[in-house]
Amino acid sequence: MEHVVEIQRLTKKFGDFTAVDNISLSVEKGEIFGFLGPNGAGKTTTIKMLCGIMMPTSGEGRVSGYDIISEQERIKNVIGYMSQRFSLYEDLTVMENLEFFGSIYGLEGFRLKEGIDRVLDMAGIGERKNELVKRLPGGIKQRLALGGAILHNPPILFLDEPTSGVDPLMRRNFWEIIYRFSEEGRTIFVTTHYMDEAEHCDRIALIIAGEIIALDSPDALKKNFNHVVYSISTDNFLDVFEKIRHLDFIVEAAIFGTDIHIMCEENIPVKKKLSSFFREHGVSSYALNRIMPSLEDVFVGNARRFSR
Amino acid sequence: MKALGSLTRMAVIADKEWIQIRRDARSLYLSLFIPSLLVLLFGYALVFDVKHVKIGIFDQDGSFLSRQYCERFKHTEYLSVEKYVKNYREIDYLINTGSIIMAIVIPPDFEKKFNSGKFADVQVLVDGSDSMSALIATGYIKAITYEFNRDYLEQALIKKGISFIKQPVEIKNRIWYNSELKSRNFVIPGNLGLILAIISALITSLTISREWERGTMETLITTPVRGYEVVLGKLVPYIFIGVFDVICGLSIGYFVFNVPFRGSFIELCLISVLFLIGTCSIGILISSATRVQVLSVQLAIVVTYLPSFILSDFIFPIKNMPLIIRIITYIVPAKYMIVVLKGIILKGVGYSVLCTQIVFLFIFSVVVLALSIKKFRVTLPDQ
Repeated sequence: MEHVVEIQRLTKKFGDFTAVDNISLSVEKGEIFGFLGPNGAGKTTTIKMLCGIMMPTSGEGRVSGYDIISEQERIKNVIGYMSQRFSLYEDLTVMENLEFFGSIYGLEGFRLKEGIDRVLDMAGIGERKNELVKRLPGGIKQRLALGGAILHNPPILFLDEPTSGVDPLMRRNFWEIIYRFSEEGRTIFVTTHYMDEAEHCDRIALIIAGEIIALDSPDALKKNFNHVVYSISTDNFLDVFEKIRHLDFIVEAAIFGTDIHIMCEENIPVKKKLSSFFREHGVSSYALNRIMPSLEDVFVGNARRFSR
Repeated sequence: MKALGSLTRMAVIADKEWIQIRRDARSLYLSLFIPSLLVLLFGYALVFDVKHVKIGIFDQDGSFLSRQYCERFKHTEYLSVEKYVKNYREIDYLINTGSIIMAIVIPPDFEKKFNSGKFADVQVLVDGSDSMSALIATGYIKAITYEFNRDYLEQALIKKGISFIKQPVEIKNRIWYNSELKSRNFVIPGNLGLILAIISALITSLTISREWERGTMETLITTPVRGYEVVLGKLVPYIFIGVFDVICGLSIGYFVFNVPFRGSFIELCLISVLFLIGTCSIGILISSATRVQVLSVQLAIVVTYLPSFILSDFIFPIKNMPLIIRIITYIVPAKYMIVVLKGIILKGVGYSVLCTQIVFLFIFSVVVLALSIKKFRVTLPDQ
């Protein structure tokens, strides 16, 4: 398999603060690679280094075979980048923005027109193409920003929290675009802090405090998760939740609808421990079922292990 | 092919910048109308001609001769006799309140001394707090007194039968380039240079810091655009604006203030472009360095306004400055531009005479432009 993005021991320090700490990973061609982590985990910093707009402190990396330190200008020809903060020209119209970025990427004449039409169509903003960008609602701006990043058909796309502040319907729309792009053989490197979005990725890297704590496909991550998750259904779920949440064998407890999900480490007799606890506390009717861990469970479990 | 792509990107950036300037009414007014307004305001306000100097006369003699002497001060536009005073205390009061800046005191025995062939003293009291006007006004009094003396001498000689007298040396003035010595004729070109230096740096100082603040720079630097393409592309529209300002300023000078225009208009425009490349680059340099709009504007004003005003030879003569300051003036572009403006506008000279200035402007522009390209990085800073 061809590795489109490859980084080794990449580190970025801002003074005493280490934003990205010695991370290594590789992304294959056509893959949707997700970078999942809380704010400030180092996702954006990593993307900026990969896009050639930020110098790493140490380590090395290649994007499409080009070195991220010495061949930044070449990298910029093969990538599309959508930054976390909206960063098209608000005082230009939709068309002017697209024409500007298209021309900067060297598109002209027919190819420019074709690219712009495709983006307008994709973002569904054909009829608003002559409006100033600052007058557009947030979701449409976001789609336009994505359009700006794919206008020149880059083989690699870096999307930094592309769906932050976008409503659920529009988010699905976004992911349709991303899938389509991936089907065309393009590689997508996307950061997010939405768990459901991470499920859409071929592979995900969990990143906390600048370190990758787990990296695999969503299914493999769940399968290889060294914790078990149970769902408890009971009448008085709020009271029960308060009682059990601090039990020492429960790593994490959370309410899902009217059920309680608990996460425990493997090889612990959970059923036995719980039933005796419930008997002591007079909880008589309940149902306990082992369930498949969600990505969120995986993330939380790994984060716990990491912080310990 | 590569060079063509580079030129295209510069043109695209220039075009985008121009659209943004056009849409931002504030920066458009600032760049297109404020310079003309300033030329107009300074043209009216900044007048160095010392005319209608207010004087008081304390004639203690009250004789025929003293009255004749006093009469001389009345018939000139340079002086205006505000009051005949009665005592010294009144002079004191009038000078303190600023009603007069000079008093002429004629002693009681003025005529008697004069007629008896002794020296008749006249005292002139001057308010020295405005030393320049005081000096010039004292000159007027001296000149008038000299004429008075000469006329009396002539009459006395004629009475004694000598009808033909000749002064040994007589000065005949002929002032070139500004024959009426109107201060406006040098104020307008000087001002234009000063205003251009400030405005051009001011408007460009916003252009890069604004993109950093709004985040658009982050997207721009992930494209294949090179740093020098951004800098040069952004310069273009501001140079055009600067040339527009030059033309407006010259028109105001010519049509409103009747400042003559004797040289080549094209030559002046070309040298202005050279000058503007340098001053606009100062703004870009500052903007790239600070990445913050407020700071850029403040720095741009400090860096251009004070040196251009004080060290450009416009108002304060450089030749009177200490050596170290004189050396510093070599890096003030307004100094050269003002010489060029005065040279072309008032003297009608061309590039052959102004080549020193052109060479210095060229060096300045190339150096600052190179610095601003070097300072503009297409990578994010470590904050």
